Amino acid sequence: MEIKALLMGLSDNVVTCITDVKAGETVAYRKGDEVLSVEAAEDIPYCHKIALTDIDEGADVIKYDESIGRTDRAVKQGCLVDHTNLFSVPRDYDSEMVEV
Amino acid sequence: MQFWGYRRNEGRPGIRNHILILPTCACGSESSRIIASQVKGAVNIVFNTGCSDVQANTDMSQKILTGFACNPNVYGVVIIGLGCETVPHDKLREKIQAMTTKPVVSFGIQDEGGTLKTIEKGVRAAREMAAQAGMQQKELFDISELYLGIECGGSDATSGIGSNPAVGELSDLLVDMGATTVMSESIEWIGGEHVLAKRAATPEIHNQIIEVCKKYEEHLSAAGQDCRAGQPTPGNKAGGLSTLDEKSLGCIRKGGTRPIVEVLEQAVPPSKHGAVVMDTAGYDISSVTSMVASGCNAVIFTTGRGTCTGNAIAPVLKVTANGRTYQRMEDNMDVDLSPIIRGEKTYQEMGREMLKDIEDICNGKLTKAEAYGFSDIAVDHVCRFV
Repeated sequence: MEIKALLMGLSDNVVTCITDVKAGETVAYRKGDEVLSVEAAEDIPYCHKIALTDIDEGADVIKYDESIGRTDRAVKQGCLVDHTNLFSVPRDYDSEMVEV
Repeated sequence: MQFWGYRRNEGRPGIRNHILILPTCACGSESSRIIASQVKGAVNIVFNTGCSDVQANTDMSQKILTGFACNPNVYGVVIIGLGCETVPHDKLREKIQAMTTKPVVSFGIQDEGGTLKTIEKGVRAAREMAAQAGMQQKELFDISELYLGIECGGSDATSGIGSNPAVGELSDLLVDMGATTVMSESIEWIGGEHVLAKRAATPEIHNQIIEVCKKYEEHLSAAGQDCRAGQPTPGNKAGGLSTLDEKSLGCIRKGGTRPIVEVLEQAVPPSKHGAVVMDTAGYDISSVTSMVASGCNAVIFTTGRGTCTGNAIAPVLKVTANGRTYQRMEDNMDVDLSPIIRGEKTYQEMGREMLKDIEDICNGKLTKAEAYGFSDIAVDHVCRFV
């Protein structure tokens, strides 16, 4: 099956498409030695992210095994995840310091 | 894994055996260029400062100049000064001689009575050094002796999912074999600094990473620049980068995943083996300059849009996962990582394949920028000229 998206971390809930994907297309991606897939619920442009599962409102979007922000609305499996439904959680440096 | 390098009296081995023609200031740069052009095996840098600077800028310039001289890829150094610069040639020579036993000589254009007389002396000195350098035999060294710089520039949407993770994989493999890699560009950690800090080997290093970002942001703020304003850019968003977190994570992925054992100031050599980070500008040329001044043998450089940059002292290996860029700029691109973006190979596979590219470069294969004789340099600065 033609690989159409890349998974950057094993715990990610999004993959990044490496081609323009049309709604209804099957998006195959590698996870270790396995090839998995998700069906696109809408058009996903090249280098944009598609949700692998239903993501609740306010849930973390995980890429590189890390949160890249939270959703401001529920995102269904197969839908586009981008700057219109994902926001950066404000942090401040002082709270990032650890006890030495 | 091993490589053929040049033994040095102190520190790591070199993978090149350059004679470095080193100007003390802008006024010595042209004479240095002419001297280097006359002697096979000599390289020069063009220096745009060295005079009329505040102390902090002078300190930075001196770290770069002494760092270049001490880089293990350099066999010997011919310093060309003017005579009235902030740190004259004899003072710079004494500083370098206190750091290394490699051959170092220096001349001043005012003392010698002009350009042509200085060039004559410089060429004679460089020729003698080049003759001696040519006699040095390569020896076999373990890859753990290698110190590799990691850089990105002209990034695009493929960088964070293709070339950066692949280079991160390469870095992890090298670190696992005992080598040292450095990732810099601290301004670009911002947004992902909390994730980078998780890689810290100690709580102290964790806090140093956060502190570097905080200070950088404050520094730019003092000059009226908000480094978060407009980030990610509209172009980033259109290209699929939705948050600054995502952009920064894609960027820092090039440094791999191994524990960070040291946070370095610019142009300072690492004291440990393993993955280290350096507090440099996001300006790629300046960042490469500072890493090479810290002693990097070579630099691996990821790009999306394409870049031509090279360094006089350390080979710069340019890699891209953008297939179109590789094809259009094949004159400048060394490694094609686009099979990752076509889904044909994983970034892990291509990271491992690049071990061979690193081995080849260590053993003497010229990168494209190196073959062209490129010598880009940008010295970071904190203040206007006086």
